[in-house]
Amino acid sequence: MDNKIRMKARDVNFYYGTAQILNGINLDIFANNVTAIIGPSGCGKSTFIRLLNRMHELVPNARLEGSITLDGSDIMADAVDPVEIRRKVGMVFQKPNPFPKSIFENIAYGLEINGTRNKQFIEDKVVESLKKAVLWHEVEKRLHDSALRLSGGQQQRLCIARCLAIEPEVILFDEPCASLDPISTHKVEELILELKKVYTIVIVTHNMQQAARVSDHTGFFYMGKLVEFGRTEDIFTRPREKRTEDYITGRFG
Amino acid sequence: MNRRIKEKIIEGFFFLNGIIVIGILVGIFVILVRNAWPAFHDVSIGDMIRWPNWNPDAYTTPTYGVLPMLMSTLMVTLGSLAVAVPVGIGAAAYLSDVASPRVREIAKPVVEILAGIPSVVLGFLGIVLVGPMICKLTGRYNGLNAVNGSILLAVMALPTIISLSEDALGSVPRSYEEASLALGANKWQTVINVKIPAAASGILAACMLGMGRAIGETMTVLMATGNAAEFPGSFLGPVKTMTATIAIELGEVAYHTTHYYMLFVVGLMLFIITFFINLAADVFFHKHTRAH
Ligand SMILES: Nc1ncnc2c1ncn2[C@@H]1O[C@H](COP(=O)(O)OP(=O)(O)O)[C@@H](O)[C@H]1O
Ligand SMILES: [Mg+2]
Repeated sequence: MDNKIRMKARDVNFYYGTAQILNGINLDIFANNVTAIIGPSGCGKSTFIRLLNRMHELVPNARLEGSITLDGSDIMADAVDPVEIRRKVGMVFQKPNPFPKSIFENIAYGLEINGTRNKQFIEDKVVESLKKAVLWHEVEKRLHDSALRLSGGQQQRLCIARCLAIEPEVILFDEPCASLDPISTHKVEELILELKKVYTIVIVTHNMQQAARVSDHTGFFYMGKLVEFGRTEDIFTRPREKRTEDYITGRFG
Repeated sequence: MNRRIKEKIIEGFFFLNGIIVIGILVGIFVILVRNAWPAFHDVSIGDMIRWPNWNPDAYTTPTYGVLPMLMSTLMVTLGSLAVAVPVGIGAAAYLSDVASPRVREIAKPVVEILAGIPSVVLGFLGIVLVGPMICKLTGRYNGLNAVNGSILLAVMALPTIISLSEDALGSVPRSYEEASLALGANKWQTVINVKIPAAASGILAACMLGMGRAIGETMTVLMATGNAAEFPGSFLGPVKTMTATIAIELGEVAYHTTHYYMLFVVGLMLFIITFFINLAADVFFHKHTRAH
């Protein structure tokens, strides 16, 4: 029942300057699955998923060893434009970060910078993306209001819509519900389950129940290492490693 | 006990400083007004505006029209902004977001040195460098004109605009930048479409302060703009700004004559204009810092 592998990390070591943050990571991300990354604060979860769309390159002294592939081709190769990778591998951040522009402009932005000039196409795409992100009915009458006037949960769904508009294949979520209330969290989780039919999803989360609820595979990170990776039901019911068990049962972390 | 006294003394010291600054400002204003006041007995505000030229030495009826010099100042200032604003914002965007750390390390001190060039040196460059270049490009005999002054004032306003705009761009939350890059934007697209709009009020404040510098600048325009008393015809013609008029004439005018008082009227106008420009800059600046 395992789907095909979309992204693959092989022997990944990662450093900020001389500090090694990730150590020998091997992990597969399956198509149309939700892969959850769990682990205590500072263990390297964000660092890891930021590699998957080359966002780590924003930090000047970042250094990577090993390989990361998308559909079999190396995304880190010199000949590969990070812009191409980021269009295929979208990202939703921990804190909702809509631009200080209107709701409409927030979504149109990704299309415009990618060279779309067709107004009708952009309008259709904005509506379509808002519908996919289950935000349309809440904002259809105020598309030209500032996005900053939306609630936190709405802002996060707007960020998801913005990401969907450029039609990525993989979507990375870095603790997308960390700053949301339970109802908004529930909406985002439902959305993720809906999205996985079309997209491949990786989600970093602090919340064990959330990982159990939404993911198909789970990787447990601890101090820069991937301690255990497997099907979510296995990880949560019969973990192989003692440390995994301790963490998911709340004995540390 | 001891500490409380110390705190009181320090507090008093800063309070005193504040009072002194305000006192100086008010003092300047009062002196300007007192020396300008008698002019209004001799010349009506209507005449100041209606008279087509400023000709205090005329044999029969001297005229004190302020519009030509107001126009000159306006032309030179707007001309300088037309150059300095795009160049300054572009340079700030490049330095804050695109340049490598090494380029930045070299460029930042260069900008600061630019701010330290004495205005008389710039005026000199206007005469020996920019003027002849304008002559060559336009085929005119005289290169001392509004364009020349604009270019030099742009150079003077640039350091202010660049470094304050760069600060404004630097205070834009990093999350906006990340969001943009994650959507597949490159660095230039990100700074132009996301960061500059988000920093708009801070950049506007930077441009206002640059403009304040340009309006009040004297030596450069005095040397580079030709100082013709007539109403400015075009950007390629000579102009005589408010500052140049005061600087040239105040040294030679007889005290307590209409001409003398009128120069203070010009000074008062300049004071009021720069005051409001700086006030506007302050308003935009606070809008910017509140937004972030
Ligand atoms: N830009 C950076 N420079 C240096 N160290 C960093 C940087 N970003 C994160 N780190 C370090 O990398 C480690 C992993 O961080 P992170 O991936 O954010 O952890 P997590 O998301 O699991 O909480 C932490 O020890 C953190 O201090
Ligand atoms: Mg994190």
